[in-house]
Amino acid sequence: MRVQRLALQLDKNKIAEEVDLNLLNPLIEKYKGKKGNLIPLLQGAQHIYGFIPDSVFRKISDETGVSLSDMYGVATFYAQFRLKPAGKHIIKVCHGTACHVQNATAISEALKEALGVEEGETTPDKMFTLESVACLGCCSLAPVMMIGENDTHGKLTGASAVKVVKDIKTKEIEHG
Amino acid sequence: MQKTQVIVGLGSCGVAAGAGKIYETLKSLKNADKLDFELKKTSCVGMCFREPLVEVIDENGSFLYGEVTDDIAVEIVQQHVIGFNPVRDYIVKADLFETPDKDFFAGQIKIALRNCGYIDPESIEEYEARNGYKAIKMVAEKGLTHEAVILTILDSGLRGRGGGGFSTGMKWRFARNNASAEKYIICNADEGDPGAFMDRSLIEGDPHSVLEGMIIGAYAIGATGGIIYCRAEYPLAIKRLEIALKQARTKGYLGKNILGIEGFNFDIYVKEGAGAFVCGEETALIASIEGERGMPRKRPPFPAEKGLWGKPSNINNVETFANVPYIVLNGAGSFNKYGTEKSKGTKVFALAGKIKHGGLVEVPMGITIREIIFKLGGGIQKNKEFKAVQLGGPSGGCIPKHLIDTQVDYDQVNATGAIMGSGGMVVMDETTCMVDMARFFLDFTQKESCGKCTFCRIGTKRMLEILIRITEGKGEDGDIEKLEDLAQQIKDSSLCGLGQTAPNPVLTALKYFRHEFEAHIYDKKCPALNCKPLLTYTILPNKCTGCRVCAIKCPVQAISGEKKLPHLISQETCIKCGDCYSRCKFEAITVS
Repeated sequence: MRVQRLALQLDKNKIAEEVDLNLLNPLIEKYKGKKGNLIPLLQGAQHIYGFIPDSVFRKISDETGVSLSDMYGVATFYAQFRLKPAGKHIIKVCHGTACHVQNATAISEALKEALGVEEGETTPDKMFTLESVACLGCCSLAPVMMIGENDTHGKLTGASAVKVVKDIKTKEIEHG
Repeated sequence: MQKTQVIVGLGSCGVAAGAGKIYETLKSLKNADKLDFELKKTSCVGMCFREPLVEVIDENGSFLYGEVTDDIAVEIVQQHVIGFNPVRDYIVKADLFETPDKDFFAGQIKIALRNCGYIDPESIEEYEARNGYKAIKMVAEKGLTHEAVILTILDSGLRGRGGGGFSTGMKWRFARNNASAEKYIICNADEGDPGAFMDRSLIEGDPHSVLEGMIIGAYAIGATGGIIYCRAEYPLAIKRLEIALKQARTKGYLGKNILGIEGFNFDIYVKEGAGAFVCGEETALIASIEGERGMPRKRPPFPAEKGLWGKPSNINNVETFANVPYIVLNGAGSFNKYGTEKSKGTKVFALAGKIKHGGLVEVPMGITIREIIFKLGGGIQKNKEFKAVQLGGPSGGCIPKHLIDTQVDYDQVNATGAIMGSGGMVVMDETTCMVDMARFFLDFTQKESCGKCTFCRIGTKRMLEILIRITEGKGEDGDIEKLEDLAQQIKDSSLCGLGQTAPNPVLTALKYFRHEFEAHIYDKKCPALNCKPLLTYTILPNKCTGCRVCAIKCPVQAISGEKKLPHLISQETCIKCGDCYSRCKFEAITVS
């Protein structure tokens, strides 16, 4: 259930992330004082940093007056928010009903093995984060995965999914 | 003579199938040879199983090409566009002649999807050219009263297409009757139901029809503000909504004194969801717009009295809004002539799973599920045996084979134990294990439960634990009864629709496939050969070539044998991962 995520996020050994907090200013300016602004603020912050660092929570809280606990409550409720840095490419393997019926589990398993990470984790080289999502809405092309914001691949097998990821990696290495 | 048009389907599924590349290929061909044809974009026509799709419209009408590759794209340009000679092999639909896929379109009546796949969704002019914004213009020109609009919607018999099935006209009347200087109209595009993509396709394909529906709704109830709550997982839909909103503002369909209607001031903005299934529930959705955790609130008061920011609010689904302009423009009779006594009009379904023709269809209410699956959908993949169809996602249930002649109608579907839902239709064949499906849905609702109500929070967890146990072959006598007991308690003691309907997938599975549960629990067998811990892998000595592939790859070294001699799997060591089965090229490994 959604309340369970809280405990998982309290990682005492977390390394303090150095981020440029000034990047937040236009965002805070835009939403400050507007009602219902909390989710757009957090979405905007995540858009800037790729995740929401501690210091960002504090700055938004200081400048908008929203309490830290309210912000944390919202950030841990919604699946979209990340409290840990993610890899350059986020792989979302769809586990909707149609994909499940077409064996999406095999896709996740193959990617876990190829990348050497579990679901929700990031590879040590910070290249890929492996996630599973409830539904990408491309059900008739099941099983499906999405890499980044708009690179969707359909009718996958474990092997073809791994190939897509390896191709990206090769490209990344070539372009340095 | 009109220029030949070449139109590429660029919905999310088209793009996933590679349509973006096809578009680029066509563009470079056009530019390289300075060819005289019009290259255009559209969205999904519903034929997802033939993506990528390219339509060519010339003086002989429309020709739709399916499963287009780069090479085929070149061929289409050379032979058809330049040579006026359609390449028949790849055509899936044509005005001139019949094609094998004609049945996919034959049974459909497109009202909500009337423009999807026919217009460029990023062009307001193309929407206007197909009677777009004519309904709201008619309201303005004829000076129709709020009441007249509500009456038309009431007469049409339109019911909420998000799954609830509540009369839209009634809902509007409630919101109208609550006097307030501030009122909101909200479009629920938080399509969280896994296995459903109607709303995504609709917004991607025809965003203006949703906007026009909302504008008409706003006029009818007297709303001052509009919000579209759209899933963040649908970036393309959000982008197209933003483009459409900008265009509608420029043309004066949104803003102050819209179309000269004195005092009708209304604008819409898009609110991105943040990934929570429960936000499809209307009070949770409102909490989310207000920037809080999306937890449902007690009803009454209903949103029509006290909704967003405590003001009267009206929430309808994407498909509901898309129907509205058509109904207002063409009259209630144009809609309620289709359907059954209590379920009028048409319904969009997303066909997925083990079906040959997966895609989006719009059918008149009253059609049987058999017709949808076997006529429009072309039957089951690999001609396997149909087992059940899942309707309504995590809140719904499965309809088994012997009820396949059930009519698509709110009440008839409810009678089976499933629900109409938003229109996701996931087809299952003999290889789908119903216990595993029940586990899958419980896993989903358990994760998505907001945690407010104890029975939903803990009860779903306990049900899931039992189901996991059963699929692992550790089921015990009495598990079925425990599941039924928990299901009843969760239904009775949950505040919102999520909890009240969460046990449905398990209950319908128990109702129609109880024998599968019993096989798992008492015989430790999975009849569908799906639950891995219950399977036994054995090597057929007469087929095994002794190639050693399985033995080398087995993660626990459970396979032994000499090279070029039949191998053997040690059942004690085997962890049933199925790796050997998928690797064997000689079909020498069997599962039982």
